[in-house]
Amino acid sequence: MDTKKNEWDIVIRPHKKWLDLDLKGVWKYRDLFKQFVKRDIVTVYKQTVFGPLWFFFQPIFTTIMYMFVFANLAGISTGDMPPALFYMSGTLLWNYFAACFQVGQTAFSGNANIYSKVYFPRLVTPLAGVTSGFLKAIVQSIPLVAIWIYYYFDESIEIGLTWEFVLFPLFFIFLAMIGLGCGLIVSTLTVKYRDLNNLITFFLQLWMYSTPVIYPVTVSGDRTLTQYLYLNPLQGIFTDFRYMITGIGEMDWLSLLYSVIFMVVIMFLGVLVFSKQERTFMDTI
Amino acid sequence: MSNIAIQFDHVGKMYQLGVVGTGTLSNDIKRWWTTSILGKEDPFLKVGQINDRSTKSKSDFVYALRDITFDVEEGDVVGLIGKNGAGKSTLLKLLSRITAPTTGVIKAKGRIASLLEVGTGFHQELTGRENIYLNGAIMGMTKKEIDSKLDEIIDFSGCEMYIDTPVKRYSSGMQVRLGFAVAAFLEPEILVVDEVLAVGDAEFQKKAIGKMQDVATNSGRTVLFVSHNMNSVRALCKHGVVLNKGMVEMTGTADECVDFYMQTSIQNFIADADILPGQHGTYQAKELEIMHAKILNEVRNVSTAEPLRMQIRFKRNVPSIKSTQVGIYLHDSAGAAACTSFTNLCPLPEGQKEFVATIIVPNHQLARGAYNVDFSLSQFDYSSVPFDYDYVHNALSFEVKYQDKEHQVPFVGWQPRLGSVAALQSSVEIR
Repeated sequence: MDTKKNEWDIVIRPHKKWLDLDLKGVWKYRDLFKQFVKRDIVTVYKQTVFGPLWFFFQPIFTTIMYMFVFANLAGISTGDMPPALFYMSGTLLWNYFAACFQVGQTAFSGNANIYSKVYFPRLVTPLAGVTSGFLKAIVQSIPLVAIWIYYYFDESIEIGLTWEFVLFPLFFIFLAMIGLGCGLIVSTLTVKYRDLNNLITFFLQLWMYSTPVIYPVTVSGDRTLTQYLYLNPLQGIFTDFRYMITGIGEMDWLSLLYSVIFMVVIMFLGVLVFSKQERTFMDTI
Repeated sequence: MSNIAIQFDHVGKMYQLGVVGTGTLSNDIKRWWTTSILGKEDPFLKVGQINDRSTKSKSDFVYALRDITFDVEEGDVVGLIGKNGAGKSTLLKLLSRITAPTTGVIKAKGRIASLLEVGTGFHQELTGRENIYLNGAIMGMTKKEIDSKLDEIIDFSGCEMYIDTPVKRYSSGMQVRLGFAVAAFLEPEILVVDEVLAVGDAEFQKKAIGKMQDVATNSGRTVLFVSHNMNSVRALCKHGVVLNKGMVEMTGTADECVDFYMQTSIQNFIADADILPGQHGTYQAKELEIMHAKILNEVRNVSTAEPLRMQIRFKRNVPSIKSTQVGIYLHDSAGAAACTSFTNLCPLPEGQKEFVATIIVPNHQLARGAYNVDFSLSQFDYSSVPFDYDYVHNALSFEVKYQDKEHQVPFVGWQPRLGSVAALQSSVEIR
């Protein structure tokens, strides 16, 4: 009887098991995954003058702007770290996080035209989005590397990679998973209740300002305020990443552990709602 | 048992009518509570009813499909037959996993692809070649497969010259051709074909239909074929499934199913009916008002050798109107205008409130097929803007079937797809 059952390649049921991710299907469609990644990268600079150079401009301009507004005008300290390095690393991480959030948030609405016509394991799209975002982030880290080299040879300040630097790919995975997870949860809500989209922009902005992107977590002397900042699951990732690449400050393993636990929970929920939603969202969108 | 390719087992699909997600948050929560937490059956499933669009629904939930059970054997070509809204496309959607069924199970062997999704996921900024890879991958082809077929695909699309130009520079016809070319070279075990997709110019249509026929008849693949053209269902399919109001009405050989479908759809012709308020045009003041329409021919069996005879009853709401002409508008079964005819201006007898107009189209030369009739009453001299007193939609319908009714000679010479724009002669007598 069991062998009979296995003969079917496709079994379509009204409900499927929770967390049935069809990873085998995703693997079968790995060529599609590659095509999506390629599409995301290539189309950014089609019909542009500077082409792939745009990948560099964005973090450089943001950093210059932050240096002017926050370091010079507002006079917010970046701790012991040179502002350029501080902002550049913060921007890099935040941009990647925001990109992953976006991927999750638009997982359904952004692909409705494809989803409504053809089946493939839906998980391919967010995975490809996160991956192409990662590749972009790698390219975007080139200005950061340049600044890093500059400060490395600068006599007035001593920076250097710590051994923890080998963990840096993990950090990007953490960011991707938290961003994607939150985005997916949001997306399942916005499919049905579209007005939430308006709130989300605001929410993301708030999240950025409570994340050590433009200031170190210790900037406020206020103890209670600092405590709240530690509740942000991204805090550990940002702070520790900066430590890894400079050796300034110290590794905060506890915050990182908190981030990881948060990631696991959010990813679990995100994937759960995603796999629930992917089967019927075409009826509600 | 082992050679069944697709198995539908009590498959149903329920849709919610009206706006989704407004004022239904409580419904959402209730449903979520009973299905997910208590693990019971969806309470809203019980109120689901048969999908009949013409009656006003009593509940907010409707079954687009209900209790669909049939098997498709490997290598079989099955035609899905049914009126618009019978659930054909919903069934295809379920099979191609675009949306999930509400009840039941569908099992299938092998890769399912559909020729419906022409050019899915084309990115406007990418070149034709890049889009072939992207589109092919979306349809489930591996890069290797596409590599090996690339030349054929490009050749079939006829876009070779522009293959390294971004797709946004393509005409819409070219995009469709490129998309179809990719789809045509898929090699799935199960293929879903909708004939409506015959797109593009005449030359390409021929190519596309030829390819579909080739796939359907020669490749030994399992094919589900949706068409409104009964002749092509007869020609291409071995078996048929007739859907009606979301349910399987009949399964059998293609010929049996087509015959059955043709017979049962007789009831749907309107031969003699009162005009309902909703059928009147909205821009007319109804100085004259059509109340009833009737066809005097045998509604299912109009032949080209006999005159078309119709009768309308109308009343005069404004006494000052002394004359009118009758306009008839024929639409084919797809809703496209087939032809129009206006009678001569005819005086209305004095002192009468109601009139009966008998319209005769002596030499109609209509192609074989079903037609809907609209009527108008109007005042039209060639020196002024035409002015309609009344206009009614879909007042009658009939089917032209025979060339010679007496000897049951079917009218095969002229198919509707050859074009059916015709000039009609007509005259009217009003008493």
